Amino acid sequence: MGSITLKNVRKAFGDVEVIPGVDLEINNGEFVVFVGPSGCGKSTLLRLIAGLEDVTSGQIQIDGQDVTDAGPAKRGLAMVFQSYALYPHMSVRKNIAFPLKMAKMPEAEQEKRVSHAAKILNLDSYLDRKPGQLSGGQRQRVAIGRAIVREPSAFLFDEPLSNLDAALRVNMRVEISELHNSLKTTMIYVTHDQVEAMTMADKIVVLRAGNVEQVGSPMELYARPANRFVGGFIGSPNMNFLEGAAAAAHGAHAIGVRPEHWRLSTSEGDYPGTVGVAEHLGSDTFLHIDLDSGEHVIARAEGEFPVHHGDRIFLSAQEGRVYKFGKDGLAL
Amino acid sequence: MARAVSRNTRIGWTIAAWFVALLIFFPILYAIITSFKSEQEAIAGFDLIPSFTLESYREVQSQYNYFRPFMNSVIIAVGSTVLALLVAIPAAWAMAFSPTKRTKDILMWMLSTKMMPAVAVLVPIYLIFLRTGLLDTRTGLVIVLMLMNLPIVVWMLYTYFREIPGEILEAARMDGATLGQEIMHVLAPMAVPGIASTLLLNIILAWNEAFWTIQLTTTNAAPLSAFIASFSSPQGLFWAKLSAASTLAIAPILIMGWFSQKQLVRGLTFGAVK
Amino acid sequence: MATRQTQSLARLMRAPAIVLLLIWMIVPLAMTLYYSFLNYNLLNPANTSWAGFFNYQYFYTDPAFWESIWNTLVLVVGVLAITVVGGILIAMLIDKPIFGQGIVRILVISPFFVMPPVAALIWKNMIMHPSYGVFADIAKFFGAQPVDWFAQYPLFSIILIVAWQWLPFATLILLTSLQSLDGEQMEAAEMDGAPALQRFIYLTLPHMARAITVVILIQTIFLLGVYAEILVTTNGGPGNASTNLTYLIYRAARLNFDIGGAAAGGIIAVVLANICAIFLMRAVGKNLD
Repeated sequence: MGSITLKNVRKAFGDVEVIPGVDLEINNGEFVVFVGPSGCGKSTLLRLIAGLEDVTSGQIQIDGQDVTDAGPAKRGLAMVFQSYALYPHMSVRKNIAFPLKMAKMPEAEQEKRVSHAAKILNLDSYLDRKPGQLSGGQRQRVAIGRAIVREPSAFLFDEPLSNLDAALRVNMRVEISELHNSLKTTMIYVTHDQVEAMTMADKIVVLRAGNVEQVGSPMELYARPANRFVGGFIGSPNMNFLEGAAAAAHGAHAIGVRPEHWRLSTSEGDYPGTVGVAEHLGSDTFLHIDLDSGEHVIARAEGEFPVHHGDRIFLSAQEGRVYKFGKDGLAL
Repeated sequence: MARAVSRNTRIGWTIAAWFVALLIFFPILYAIITSFKSEQEAIAGFDLIPSFTLESYREVQSQYNYFRPFMNSVIIAVGSTVLALLVAIPAAWAMAFSPTKRTKDILMWMLSTKMMPAVAVLVPIYLIFLRTGLLDTRTGLVIVLMLMNLPIVVWMLYTYFREIPGEILEAARMDGATLGQEIMHVLAPMAVPGIASTLLLNIILAWNEAFWTIQLTTTNAAPLSAFIASFSSPQGLFWAKLSAASTLAIAPILIMGWFSQKQLVRGLTFGAVK
Repeated sequence: MATRQTQSLARLMRAPAIVLLLIWMIVPLAMTLYYSFLNYNLLNPANTSWAGFFNYQYFYTDPAFWESIWNTLVLVVGVLAITVVGGILIAMLIDKPIFGQGIVRILVISPFFVMPPVAALIWKNMIMHPSYGVFADIAKFFGAQPVDWFAQYPLFSIILIVAWQWLPFATLILLTSLQSLDGEQMEAAEMDGAPALQRFIYLTLPHMARAITVVILIQTIFLLGVYAEILVTTNGGPGNASTNLTYLIYRAARLNFDIGGAAAGGIIAVVLANICAIFLMRAVGKNLD
């Protein structure tokens, strides 16, 4: 079991309020991603759930029980840290077994669980090495192994992939998703990378300055961003925003069009402009366009789109793909 | 810089470096050589090859009861260092892992106590010792040297502890370790190398201390530094014996020092140069 | 990782060290300050009376005081000059690709581990003795008159001994700094056509500036307190020719039993040391974060 409820959780460091008050419901078995720019309070929120920080006010419940004042060890959660936080003086085997040893589990059971975890994570042949002798991806797996042997009610991940190189990151992303599919345990995952959020999450929590901006499934957030911030944060490359006359024509303070939602033409369209940089990737073409109205936008065309630096180009938004935002930034 | 240099250049630099190194080491070497000479040989003019007699070593023990100051040195150096560690380890641990806004100020203040010239408090310390009967006792010296080196000990430990990532301690907490288990299974194994270096450097500092040891002892509790200083006048003429006593006094610390080069830089510069 | 529980525990763990050092710093210093205003001689303790600023005035007007200040200054500056310049040269030499670098390092740093009385006695008797020392042997070999170092150049002799003790410290720290110099930076400068001397002046020296500062400041703290070397060689003489402030205060307290006078001297020493300390703390403090 692993349902977690936050009730008006506040956190302040001295006079600085990091989290003004968060209400959140995490259901058992969900993969929840906290995403937001750095300094948005997502890691703090995770550490509050972990019990590594005290809440200033509010309540945290795990499976309906109030754990607000319980220490980290008492909450039945496991955490994977950004730096992996492996114990450098212990072998991989001892690292993974450490939480079991702390729980005074019989040796035989410890051994069984460690070898089971090692098998899942492909660590069998490294069990007697020290963390210092492992690659980044292997260390990551050991950290995950240490978390799963406890069979916790929920896993907490604090930016676990940020120290890996790009190729490895994609692999580990898939591995963690598969792990979630097979374990079906609640996972809370913190990242600043919206691609990780979109690809892994059942439910995304977008945070900004300690406030929850929007909660929803990846596709909900993509299709119906609650405000301009979420619209700009979710999706890659970022949503293009136009203000002034272009927005007024739609009866909004600002409109947003995703790069993949432009209709491109070399002869006619609503927004004329000039191609700046054209990135031809084969599968896609990304065009950086300077509109005559002075704005700079990015457009994505599928496949090859044969324009080059300095060419004239005309953009129009696809039907029904224009996001309208009011003066307060909220979606209209 | 790992660069290819010609063999001749390398030999040239090697000769120059060895010449300078031997020149610097020469006084120590010459004292060791002299310690194996007889008293007549010792004043018979420059000679690098002694007769390898152990006479001086024997006489240092039989005439001056060398063993007593030696043991005093061991007890005072080790005692003051261990005591300082006992007080400093919790303090440095707290400052490294639960820093507050004032931690930096506290550390700087501790450093500032080290700047106080010893001679400025000679009068009160001497008078206190005189009245409390601590004069010429090992206990008294252990206390003074412990207090004197405490700031360095705290600082060294602090810089070592700070290199232990805080996330590891949090991981242990998440893994269900109590504070005691956290210290025993995670912190201690990772901190031992730092504590060992601190111990080593401070034994060296305490062993070589030569102001308080000379001021606060006469015969009973005199460690080697005070004992050797008493050779300055009449007995100083017996050079082979002086050399033997000196060699015995510096040998253990010289060897310890060779093993603690890196820590020396770090400890004595309060982490300012690593 | 600051939960309330760990914070109160942390306070408890810091307390002993802080309290001990607080006592160690305040009590003796307050007593020194108090004594410095007393007429107090251990030979005649019954006659103790309030002296006001007499002790300070006495020190101020005593020619030995000014001589000792001057000697302290010459000693500190002399040793600093020798160790910093020598240290830079030796550090650069050891940093070259030489054979047996480890052993060379060990030989060079060894003097630092020799306790001051031993260092001073080895130099006094075996190296600089006017009839049996190695210097005398060398002089005789060249047919020159041996020099009686401690009688003719007492302060210089002490500077030589103390510099020998501290040269390893300077060398070791400067070497550590030198080894952290970025090789690519040097190669870039070489590509830019900077000759060796220019590279030294514009790259190596600025890179070592911080280490040099640290060496100067830390050594100054210790050099102000040079004591044992003087005690076993010249006893401060001839006259006051090799008496520094530390030695002068020691003499007042322990040989003349003048508690008030020694205390006043101690306060002056504190003021001097603090001036150096302020600079040191700044240099070290910058590196804290």
